[in-house]
Amino acid sequence: MDLKFSNAEPFAEERDAIDRRLGGPGEDGWDGGERDERDHRSAQTSLPAWSRRHLVLEALHAVNDRVGWISPGALNYIGKRLSVAPADVYSVATFYALFSTNLRPKRIVHVCTDIACVARGSKEVCEGLEKRLGPAGAMNGWKHSPCLGVCERAPAALAVEAGDPPHEHLIGPATVDEVLLALNNGPAALAAEAPPVMAVPQAGQEGLVLLKRVGQVDPESIDDYLATDGYAGLRRAFEMGPAQIISEVKDSRLMGRGGAAFPAGIKWESTAKQPATPRYLVCNADESEPGTFKDRALLEGDPFALIESMTIAGYAIGAERGYIYLRGEYPRSYRLLRNAIEKARERGFLGANILGTGWSFELEIRRGAGAYICGEETAIFNSIEGYRGEPRSKPPFPFEQGLFGKPTVVNNVETLYNVPLIMQIGGAQYAKIGTEGSTGPKLFCVSGNLVRPGVYEVPFGATLGEVLKLAGGVPQGRTLQAVLLGGAAGGFVRADELDIPLTFEGARANDTTLGSGVVLAFDDTVDLSGILLRIARFFRDESCGQCVPCRVGTVRQEEALLRIVHNHGDAGAKGRDVGLLRDVGLAMKDASICGLGQAAWNAVESAIDRLGVLKESR
Amino acid sequence: MTVFGAGGGTSSYREIEDADLIIFWGSNAREAHPIFFHHALKAIHKGAKVYSVDPRRSKTSEWANAWLGLDVGTDVALAYGVGREIIHAGLVNKDFVANATIGFEEYVAACEPWTLEVTSRETGVPAELIRALAHDYAKAERAQLCWTLGITEHHNGTDNVRALCNLALLTGQVGRWGAGLVPVRGQNNVQGGGDMGAIPANLPGFHDVGNPEHRAKFERMWGVTLPSKYGLTLSEMMEAMDEGHLTNVYIVGENPVQSDADSSAVTRRLENLDHLVVQDIFLTKTAALADVVLPATAMWCESEGTFTNSERRIQLVRKALEPPGDAKDDIEIIRLIAERLGHAWPIQTAEQVWDELRALSPAHHGMSYRLLKERGGLQWPFPDEDGPESPFLHARLWEKDPEKRGRPAPFGIVEHKLPVDKLNDEFPLRLTTGRRLTDYNTGVQTAGFNSPIRFGGCVDLSPEDLARLGIDEGEVVRVTSRRGSVLAPARRDPGLRPGLLFMACNFPDEVDVNSLTIEANDPIAKTAEFKATAVKVEKITKGQTKEKRVADTTDHGGRDGELATADQEG
Amino acid sequence: MNAPYMAPADTPVRQVTITIDGEEVSVPEGSTILTACNEAGKDTPTLCYGDTLTPKNACRVCMVELKGSRVLVPSCSRKVQPGMEVMTDTERVRHSRRLVLELLGSSVDLSTTPRIPEWMERYNADPDRYGERAGESLRRDVHDPGEHHAGNGSIAATMAQPDKIDNDLYVREYDKCILCYKCVDACGPQWQNSFAIQIAGRGFDAQISTEFAVELPDSACVFCGNCVEVCPTGALSFKTEYDMRAAGTWDESQQTTTTTVCTYCGVGCNLELHVQDNKIVKVTSPHDHSVSHGNLCIKGRFGYAHVQSREKDGSS
Repeated sequence: MDLKFSNAEPFAEERDAIDRRLGGPGEDGWDGGERDERDHRSAQTSLPAWSRRHLVLEALHAVNDRVGWISPGALNYIGKRLSVAPADVYSVATFYALFSTNLRPKRIVHVCTDIACVARGSKEVCEGLEKRLGPAGAMNGWKHSPCLGVCERAPAALAVEAGDPPHEHLIGPATVDEVLLALNNGPAALAAEAPPVMAVPQAGQEGLVLLKRVGQVDPESIDDYLATDGYAGLRRAFEMGPAQIISEVKDSRLMGRGGAAFPAGIKWESTAKQPATPRYLVCNADESEPGTFKDRALLEGDPFALIESMTIAGYAIGAERGYIYLRGEYPRSYRLLRNAIEKARERGFLGANILGTGWSFELEIRRGAGAYICGEETAIFNSIEGYRGEPRSKPPFPFEQGLFGKPTVVNNVETLYNVPLIMQIGGAQYAKIGTEGSTGPKLFCVSGNLVRPGVYEVPFGATLGEVLKLAGGVPQGRTLQAVLLGGAAGGFVRADELDIPLTFEGARANDTTLGSGVVLAFDDTVDLSGILLRIARFFRDESCGQCVPCRVGTVRQEEALLRIVHNHGDAGAKGRDVGLLRDVGLAMKDASICGLGQAAWNAVESAIDRLGVLKESR
Repeated sequence: MTVFGAGGGTSSYREIEDADLIIFWGSNAREAHPIFFHHALKAIHKGAKVYSVDPRRSKTSEWANAWLGLDVGTDVALAYGVGREIIHAGLVNKDFVANATIGFEEYVAACEPWTLEVTSRETGVPAELIRALAHDYAKAERAQLCWTLGITEHHNGTDNVRALCNLALLTGQVGRWGAGLVPVRGQNNVQGGGDMGAIPANLPGFHDVGNPEHRAKFERMWGVTLPSKYGLTLSEMMEAMDEGHLTNVYIVGENPVQSDADSSAVTRRLENLDHLVVQDIFLTKTAALADVVLPATAMWCESEGTFTNSERRIQLVRKALEPPGDAKDDIEIIRLIAERLGHAWPIQTAEQVWDELRALSPAHHGMSYRLLKERGGLQWPFPDEDGPESPFLHARLWEKDPEKRGRPAPFGIVEHKLPVDKLNDEFPLRLTTGRRLTDYNTGVQTAGFNSPIRFGGCVDLSPEDLARLGIDEGEVVRVTSRRGSVLAPARRDPGLRPGLLFMACNFPDEVDVNSLTIEANDPIAKTAEFKATAVKVEKITKGQTKEKRVADTTDHGGRDGELATADQEG
Repeated sequence: MNAPYMAPADTPVRQVTITIDGEEVSVPEGSTILTACNEAGKDTPTLCYGDTLTPKNACRVCMVELKGSRVLVPSCSRKVQPGMEVMTDTERVRHSRRLVLELLGSSVDLSTTPRIPEWMERYNADPDRYGERAGESLRRDVHDPGEHHAGNGSIAATMAQPDKIDNDLYVREYDKCILCYKCVDACGPQWQNSFAIQIAGRGFDAQISTEFAVELPDSACVFCGNCVEVCPTGALSFKTEYDMRAAGTWDESQQTTTTTVCTYCGVGCNLELHVQDNKIVKVTSPHDHSVSHGNLCIKGRFGYAHVQSREKDGSS
C-alpha cells in the first residue's frame, strides 16, 4: 500500500513498546530492518497488506500503557508496522476513552461518577478532588469515568500509571486521600486490592453453581480448579461430540445472560451449520453496562472456568480459535485470565490436540479500551479486528458473517459459565432449574443503597424483593425510592413493585427488563433527576456516533433533561421538553442501528412514566 | 500487437477485478493510470496476488506482494528467464501451445541459456523471485499482464512487448475472461489515433497502406488514388529533417521541442525547416518556432468526436465550451486547408465523419452515435449494431475447431540488448524517467491548476547515493548526460537503489529532462529510449551556478537567476 | 475476432416479489427495499446512500416499517426477501424521518443539501424547537472520547466550526457534515484506497479528519476529489463553487452539464463538465459508467483550467 506518513518518529520507549507487542521489525529493509543489497532489488510479502490490521488496538494499548498517550511518532510507527494509514490509526485511537492522542501525565486516576457510585458518595470524592487538584481533566491527573464495574465497593476509582510494566489498580471504596496517594506515589503505593471474594457475599454457601469456586479456590491455581470438578465438563463434552453438546445446550434452554436473552443453543447450532470456515468464538467480557459487575466476579474468582467453557463451546461449533474481549478497565481479570490460559496450555487443556482428542483450540485475550459500545455483539468484532467499535448492520448476523467476516458465536461470560454444568447434568436436568421460561441459575448485580451489595446467585424465579432482601435491604432508617433493573439501558421500577419475578417472562409481563442482571436500589436520599442526567450523559458519551438518531438524539435528550432540571417552575417549558424527550426517544428506539441507541431512552422513559420523576421535580 | 493480428489491449478493465494474479511490468499505474488501478484494487481486495516489475519501487510496487527491481533495459532477459522456468518446471499450457501457437521450439531454444542464475545476474533480480513470478503466472487461473511506457520507451520497446506476449502464449493467459495482455495507454487517444490510421503503415480501421485491396476500398469511397508507400514515423521524420529531404512539416497537437528525447537536436531541426505549421491549443515552445500557427479547439471539451481508450472502448467526446478567439475545430481546420489546396470538401459534423469511418472499418461498423451514447461507449470489434460487445480479444485461440481458431499466434524470438546509452566511469548512473500523479506530459495542460501535491522538477536519488555524494535533500545538483546538462533539486526516494535516478518528464520549463535523454529509437515502433540515460550527478560548487537549469532553447533566465541566487546564499 | 461475452455475472437473476404499502412489486433478487420503493414509485428520502458505495445506513432517513421487525429497517441496505410487507408512510415511519431531519437540521447546516426543504415540509420537521444553536467551536478537532461539557441545556450543540480552506482545489465545511461516511469510504477501501481521512472522535464529537487534523496537503490526500463527488450535503465543495457561492455568482439554473472524455491518459474516464458563462465551474463523473464509476484523479477533476486560461493569456 502506498501509505503516506509524516516525518514524526517514535520515541525510543514507544518504539520498544510497539516492537514488544508486535515482534521486532523484520530483517527486511522494507520491514524496518537494515536496508541492504537485496532491498535494492526486491520487496516481498506473502500476506495481504492489511492482514495485521487487527493488531492496531493492541499496539495502541502497548504505547498508551507505556507512555500514557499516543504521540504522532508512535502513531506513524504503528501505521508503518501494520500497513495502516495514519488517519486510520488516529481514527481508532480517538474512539477509545482509555487512549489519549493529547499529551498527558503518566499517572491518571479515573473516578467513577456513574449511577451506583453517585448513590454512594462519588460526588463528594469528586468535590474533594476538585479542591485539591482542580477540575477533572487529564492534565490535572484525574478524570470522571463511566461505571468501572466495582459497584459493590462504590465509590470506585481506577488508578493507572503508564510504564514498564504499567500499574493499574482498582480502588473501592475510593477516598480523596487514596486518589492523591495514587497520583503522588503511584498506584503501587496503594493498599492491596480487595480480594475477589469481597464481591460475592454468598461465597462458600451450599448450592451455588456459578459462584461455587469464588473465594474457595486460588484463582491462579489450575490444580485447585481440577480438584473442584474443573474440566469435568470438557471431558464429558468430548465424550458427547459436537452434535450432542449442541443438542444438550438447546435442551437446557439456556438464554444469553448479556442482556438480549437469545437462546444459546440456537446460536451455536446455526453457527455450526455454516459451511464457511474458520469459525470463531468470542467471549463478550466487555462488561460495561452501568451497575454490572457479575462477570468481573466470575473472572476474578474462577478464571479457569471460562477457559473450560470456551473450549467446550469452540469444540461444539467447530471454532479453533476463540477471543476473550475483556473490558480495558479490568486489570486483575486480565492478569488472572492470562495466567489461566498459560496454565491450561501447559497442562494440555488448550492448544494443539487437547487431551489427546486431536481437537485444537487457541484462545487470545483482546482488551477493550474504554468504549461501552464494544459490548454490542458486532461492535466487538470491529474492535477485535482493530477498527473503531462501531456496530455493524444486521443482517448479516454474526452466525453468518461475524468476526473477520466468518461465522461466529458471541457469548457473554456468565452464559458460558453455565456450559460445564449443562455438560455434567445434561440439558434436561438443567432446564429443571428456574422457571419454564427462564432456566438455570442467574447472577444479579445488586448495588446502590443496600447493606450488602454484591453479586448474588439465585435460581431464576426469585422476586425483586427477595433479591433485595439477600443484600440486606436498604440501610436502617432509609426507605427505598426506586430500583433500576438492567442498568442504564434498563428501566426503573417503583418501590411498591418488589414482587416482580426476576425472570425473562416476569420482567416482560411487567413491562421492564432484566438486561444484564443489574438491580440497583436507590433510597430516599438520592436525587433521581441527577441519576437521569448521569444516564443521559452516559449515552451521549458512549454513542459511537455512527447513526443520526443516537448521535444527535442522545445529545438532545441530555439537553432537554438539563433544561427540565434547570427550568424550575416553568411548567409549559417542561411539558414541551418532556414531549421532545418522547419524540427523540421514540426515534432513537425505532431507528438507531444498535441496541445502544434503541435503549438510550428506556431509563428516562420509565422514570417519567413509571416513577413520575420529572413531574415531581417542580 | 502483431502477435495476434490486432493492436489493442486484450482485456477489459472489468476483467482485472476478477483476476487472481496481476503483473505490472514497467507500469506505475497507481500514479500514471489511477482509475485503471481502481479496477486492480478491487481484485487486490478480493485477494489477488500482485507482482511489480520495475527498476523503481514505485507506488504501484508498494501494493505488490513482490517487487522485482530489475536493471533498466533488461526486460527481455527477465522474460526469457521467466519463460525458461515455466518450461523447465513443466508449467507450459501444452494444449494451448500446440493448438494456438507456432514457433514454440524456437522459443524454447531461445530461452535455454536463461537459467535463473544467468537471468538473475543479468537483471539483478533475486532468482527465487523470478522463479516465484514464473510459477504464479503459469498457475494462475486468470492472470493479467499489464505494462506501460516502462516496456515501450526503450530502443527495443517492440521486442520487450513480444517478450511479454510470449509468456502469455506459453501459459494460455490470453483470450479468456480475466486472462490477458493489457498495455495501458499513456494518452487519451493513442489507441484511437492508431486505429484511425495515424500510423505510417495504416489506413483507418486496421487497413494496410501496402495492401492494394485495402487501398481500393478507400479509393472507391473517396474517389482518389492513394499512395502505396508507407509514411514516415516521427523518428524517421527527424532523420529525414537531418538529411534534408523533409523541409516542410505540419505538427498537430504535439510539443516535440519539449516532449522528445534530445530536445536541443529537435529544436535545431525545426529551426532549419523551410516551413513549419503548428496546430495547437497553446502557443507551445514548438508553436513558437512555427511559420504558421493554427489555433485549435481543445478537442476534449470544445469539439465533438470520439476517443478510444485502452480497453478499446470508443467513447463520445462532446463540446461543452465555446472555444476562445479564432480557435477552430480540427475537422474544420482540415477542411479549410483542403479548400485552400483546391478541394471543396463538404462541411461535415463529427458524426458524419464517424459514419464514414464506420463504412470503411468493419471493427467499428456497428457503433452508431446513438449506441455510443446509450451504452457509454463500445469496445471494438463491434461490427454489428445488434451484436454482442467484445470485452476481450482472441477467444478464437481457444476454439476446438481449427477453422474457427484461425491463424496461430507466433512466439517472437527477440534478442536481449542493453540500453544504447552505456554506463561508464564518466557517466556511471542510470537515469530513468516517468510521470507523477499530478502532472501530464510536458505540463502544458497540468500547469493550469495549482496542485497541492506537486513538487515540481527534481531529480530523485537513492538514500545511498545522496549520502555517498554528500547531497542534502532539496539541494540543487547538476545532472549531466552525454548530450546535455541540467540543474535540479535533489529528492530522496528509498524506492531507488544506488546508481538509479529518476526524473519526471512533466516540468521541462524547470528542468529539461529531455536535454539529457537519448534519441535511440525502437526500430519498429519508433519510440525513443526515454527510460535509459547514462548520467553523472555533481554537487554545485560556488561560482558554478550560472549554468542554466533548463536547456539552451528555452528562456527562463529570470527564474533561474533567482534559484541560482538562492543557492549561493544557501 | 468477435468473442462472446463471458462475464461470470452473466447469469439470469430471479425476481422477488414483496408488498409495499399493500401493493405488490417485483425486483431482482439481491435488490434493496429502496430499489423496490423506487420501482413502486415511493419517493424515499436518502442522505448517506450512495449509488457507488456500500450502504453505510448511518443517516436513518430512509427507514421503513417491515412487518415482523421490532424496529424500523433502513431501506437502502436491507435486501428484499420474498413476501416482505413494507410500509413507507406509517406514523412510525413519518415520525422517524421527521426526527432524523430535525436532529440533523438542528445540528448541521443543511442549506446546500438538495431537497431538504421539500422533505422538511413533507414530514413537518421543526429543527428550531431544540433551542438556540451553538456557535462555532474551535475545539472540534480535539478529541477526548467519553467526555463532554454539558452546559445547562439552553444551547443546542451543533457542528458549527470554521471552514477548512487549506488548498486551492476543494474546501471542507464540516458544519455541513452529517457524518455519512461516504467520503471516508470513497477515499478508503471502496475506491481510492488513499485513506487520507477517517472519522475521528466518538459520538457527537466525531468529525471527519486526517491524522491529528493535519491540513490536507500534509495528509495522504491525492486530491482526486472523489470525496467531493459523493458528498451529499455540500460539506465538501470545489473551491470554484465555494468562491462563487461566496460571491453570489453560483447559479445552477445557468449551468449546462456535458459528458465528455478526460484528456489526460488512455484510461478514458468520463467527465461531466458543469459550465456557467462558458467557464467550467466543476467537474463530476457519471456514477454508472463502467470505466470510472464516478471516480477521477486530480488531473481529470481539476486539470481543466488550461482551456480557460487561454483567453486570459491571449495566447489562443
